[in-house]
Amino acid sequence: MQQIFNFIVRFKTGLTFLLLLFVALSLTIEAHSYHTSKWISSTNFISGSIYEWQAEVTDYIGLRSENNKLTKENTRLRNKLVNLQQSALNVADTLINKDTIYSSFPVKLIRNSYLKMDNYLLLNKGKKDGVKENMGVISSQGIVGIVEETTANYARVISILNGNISINAKLKKTNHFGSLTWNGRNPNLVALIDVPRSAKIQVGDTVVTGGNSLIFPENIPIGRIEDFQLNPNQGYYDINIKLFNDMTSLKNLYVIQFNRKEEASFLLEKQETDE
Amino acid sequence: MNNYGLHILRFVSLVLLQVLILNNIMLFDFVNPYIYPLFVILLPLNLNQIKALILAFVMGLSIDLFQDTGGVHAAACLVIAYLRPLVLRFSFGINYDYQTLKFYNEGFKQRFNYLAIMIFMHHIVMFSFEAFSFQYALLILKNTLYSGLFSLFLMLLVIQLIRKDK
Repeated sequence: MQQIFNFIVRFKTGLTFLLLLFVALSLTIEAHSYHTSKWISSTNFISGSIYEWQAEVTDYIGLRSENNKLTKENTRLRNKLVNLQQSALNVADTLINKDTIYSSFPVKLIRNSYLKMDNYLLLNKGKKDGVKENMGVISSQGIVGIVEETTANYARVISILNGNISINAKLKKTNHFGSLTWNGRNPNLVALIDVPRSAKIQVGDTVVTGGNSLIFPENIPIGRIEDFQLNPNQGYYDINIKLFNDMTSLKNLYVIQFNRKEEASFLLEKQETDE
Repeated sequence: MNNYGLHILRFVSLVLLQVLILNNIMLFDFVNPYIYPLFVILLPLNLNQIKALILAFVMGLSIDLFQDTGGVHAAACLVIAYLRPLVLRFSFGINYDYQTLKFYNEGFKQRFNYLAIMIFMHHIVMFSFEAFSFQYALLILKNTLYSGLFSLFLMLLVIQLIRKDK
């Protein structure tokens, strides 16, 4: 017994170091696993309100380019609306807008990040405003990420620039599916993997979301094919995609809510329990 | 440790400086300076090693809290706090052993060595933990080199700025 105490007293510095290092390591491992609730997260009150204050102060800086983006989006939507109204004249009114499968609402980004291996974003709305886990986040130009954790006032988004994320995507032209990942190098380039050899692809083809998930609706734009090569061993393409979004300057975003999520996930769970 | 206030002020201002300003500097799109290790570097030289470890851990964890990095910065701070006595002995030699060391009385070369070793140690631990895979070894080294040089430059500036007049 005496010897144990002597040992502890003699190596107390080393032991403290190892203990704290162990805590830090386990927090790091926790941060690398997708979909576990995190002990250390920027959605807490202190960092949340500091970032919100910072966003309020610096909002004015990008105002002009942000206005341009929103005006462009308005024009695009207005054009669509005009077309829709014209086609609506021909169809009975009751067929349209009876039930909306997806609805979206606006949020503001208060912290951006795109230089790290695993990037997370912070939004200015949380549970109070209806933001829930696993909702998709898009900008006017394309997808941004998935809501991972929410508190009352803030939501943390796992960015598409994160090694732990993988999103179902497809080629718009041929409807071949693949998964979207990021290799941690360039904030404008993501990779589409697992596209089968049979797909005919060309540089410049558009890639959109696949709709095989309960998070994003189908046909949300992602990016354009920059280059590709066939992986000879596996028979799959490795495709580099240039994002439509400029991930380095995001401000006004939309959170997408899938209104039939409970219904769909009920069926999925039922299938799992049946098996 | 007769001036708690100074250290608390240093702690808070370094965290805010790092989080609100320095993390938005993206030189050439990948160089990001880290200045908060200065807190660990400037801890009193005769401070109990266990206290130093705990303070370093808290400092790193507060940065992690803002950056969503888990325990990456906490681990990096811990490592440099643990190895600090060794680095001090290496760079300042006999003065450190006799407890007569005054940081600003030493020559520029010794101070530079101390800062450089601490910063590069911190950066390499931090970037390795952040990547968490040997696959990115080259990227880690590149980031360490460029960000390290930038951090070193900034820290030398800040140290001159906050220097107490004799």
